[in-house]
Amino acid sequence: MENYIISLRGIKVQFDDLPVLKGLDLDIRDEEFITLLGPSGCGKTTTLRIMAGFAEASEGDVFFEGVRINDLPPHKRNVNTIFQKYALFPHLNVYQNVEFGLKIKKIPAAERKVKVKEMLELVGLGGFEARDVNLLSGGQQQRVAIARALVNQPRVLLLDEPLGALDLKLRKEMQTELKRIQQSTGITFIYVTHDQEEALTMSDRVVVMKDGEILQIGTPQDIYNEPVNAFVADFIGESNIVPGVMRRDFLVEFANNAFRCVDKGFEPDQLVDVVIRPEDLRIVAADEAPLTGVVSSVTFKGVHYEMMVESAGHDWMVHSTQASEVGEFIGLTMSPYDIHIMERMEDDSLDWIEGESSASMEGGHAE
Amino acid sequence: MRNKVLSAPYLFWMVLFTVVPLILVAYYALTGADGGFTLKNVSDVRQFSGVIFRSVWLAVIATLICLVMAYPLAYSMSRLRPQMQRVALLMVMLPMWINFLLRTYAWMTLLENTGLINQLLGLLGIGPLQLINTQGAVVLGMVYNYVPFMILPLYSVMTKIDQGLIHAAQDLGSNTLGVFVNVVLPLSMPGITTGITMVFVPAVSTFAISRMLGGGQNLMIGDLIELQFLGTSYNPNLGSAISMVLMVLVLLLMSAMNQYADEEKEGMII
Ligand SMILES: Nc1ncnc2c1ncn2[C@@H]1O[C@H](COP(=O)(O)OP(=O)(O)O)[C@@H](O)[C@H]1O
Ligand SMILES: [Mg+2]
Repeated sequence: MENYIISLRGIKVQFDDLPVLKGLDLDIRDEEFITLLGPSGCGKTTTLRIMAGFAEASEGDVFFEGVRINDLPPHKRNVNTIFQKYALFPHLNVYQNVEFGLKIKKIPAAERKVKVKEMLELVGLGGFEARDVNLLSGGQQQRVAIARALVNQPRVLLLDEPLGALDLKLRKEMQTELKRIQQSTGITFIYVTHDQEEALTMSDRVVVMKDGEILQIGTPQDIYNEPVNAFVADFIGESNIVPGVMRRDFLVEFANNAFRCVDKGFEPDQLVDVVIRPEDLRIVAADEAPLTGVVSSVTFKGVHYEMMVESAGHDWMVHSTQASEVGEFIGLTMSPYDIHIMERMEDDSLDWIEGESSASMEGGHAE
Repeated sequence: MRNKVLSAPYLFWMVLFTVVPLILVAYYALTGADGGFTLKNVSDVRQFSGVIFRSVWLAVIATLICLVMAYPLAYSMSRLRPQMQRVALLMVMLPMWINFLLRTYAWMTLLENTGLINQLLGLLGIGPLQLINTQGAVVLGMVYNYVPFMILPLYSVMTKIDQGLIHAAQDLGSNTLGVFVNVVLPLSMPGITTGITMVFVPAVSTFAISRMLGGGQNLMIGDLIELQFLGTSYNPNLGSAISMVLMVLVLLLMSAMNQYADEEKEGMII
């Protein structure tokens, strides 16, 4: 058996009869950086609370290094949390906040002083010791929260959207910093975010969640390249998702055309979702393309242009370093390897994509 | 400019109901029956030092009992579900809807030598005990009447203590006692000082309760002042002087407490 530090087995949680976690199974390896990724309300925080001991599962077990800890109170778990809302102690200054856990553990004052100082330097708050935490900016408060948890050197650190309140530049810096801390300390990080980019860049493994269930667990590459369904594909990066029919092995029909693909093993004429990444669509002359359409918008995104192309009743998102003109009639093509075929999801899942996908993708970046 | 206009009504009523009466009290306290300036009234207050000391002492005891009773109650109230909190709050306020004289009469009949409590004790072969006309009865009356004023400010600060802070303390290794000492107590300090003030001030100037439950031997300053205005020894100048001394005493005690609470807060690190 592998070296798991925390295992969840069939965890079910409900609030007022409303299921929030629907039988979660999850094994977390020692010293890994694992990220729970999913839209707001999917149960990420609740999963962390189960591990920290703040929420009780109506069914299922929590194991810490193979020992069942369902009934172990939070203060006895070798786990520290960085809370989504910081939860800094308003009556204590920055130094005293960070010192809190060390003091509880009765670490001598001189040693505490060294550790707190070190930790404050690490999060870029050297010299802030005597500051009132209520007067810090959101980003500074968040960094105090990070220092307060990390200084205890727990076996496992639970991080609930710890960078949510930071601006983009600081967030990028802290991402690198957290990853570096994780690698140098060997503390297991269980990280929660709804930002797919953050999840992909920082994690050893990503757990994609939706409505209290785990949809997929894998390395960032697995999740990005082999999403198990259209929801995951859409949530992980931007995607064009269109309905299609699998005519036979290696042949799929969508957008009124038949395309060669690399998938097989579906029933003949099975309804499927076809997922194509915007960067995998190539713009070519209209007369040599299977898909043709009119460019409806062009947006400069820094490295590439994002274009929307209306074709065969769908809006296709295309990423390219070359801009086309709005109103231009163009052709689109793609290689068979870039056509991802997925089993059709139930209707409500698709509704989510129709209604919210673009908003959630924006939210991931802007925040 | 606008602020001044907006605060005008407040200032008007404040002057009418607070400043003017205070000036009147000071005027009467510092003049004799003939209307001339004198310090005799104020120095006469000394002869009542026994009553003053007893009033402060009983008020301190009553305030402490209120604090000890109200604190855990307020804390558990603040952790109830919202609907239950409203019910609990109503239960706290309900007795205040009944006139306090009526409530105190009820206690008299309970505490009497032939009262309900002594009858029950008699069935067990105990007593009768002297319950009424004791200092204990006076303290009981004060606690009963003033405990809501302790519960309400405590409850109010405790509802503002974020459950997240309690979780954070637990997460960092605090057990129940640690959470209480390191988080709940320091954060509820403002409620404690408000509660103490709101109970101690009316308690130290209590009247009627002390006469009804304490008999003739346990009069308090409030009774003394009342006697100067309504009693046979009619002397509003002395009554005003006692009031003034009481006011100064209360101000000194309260500022001492606030000073202490502030220092406590500064030094508060686990
Ligand atoms: N204490 C609670 N009482 C009732 N419902 C709750 C409570 N905590 C969370 N929920 C509900 O559980 C669901 C999952 O919440 P949460 O775990 O916080 O999601 P996430 O962190 O992924 O945004 C949400 O629908 C939320 O409204
Ligand atoms: Mg959350």
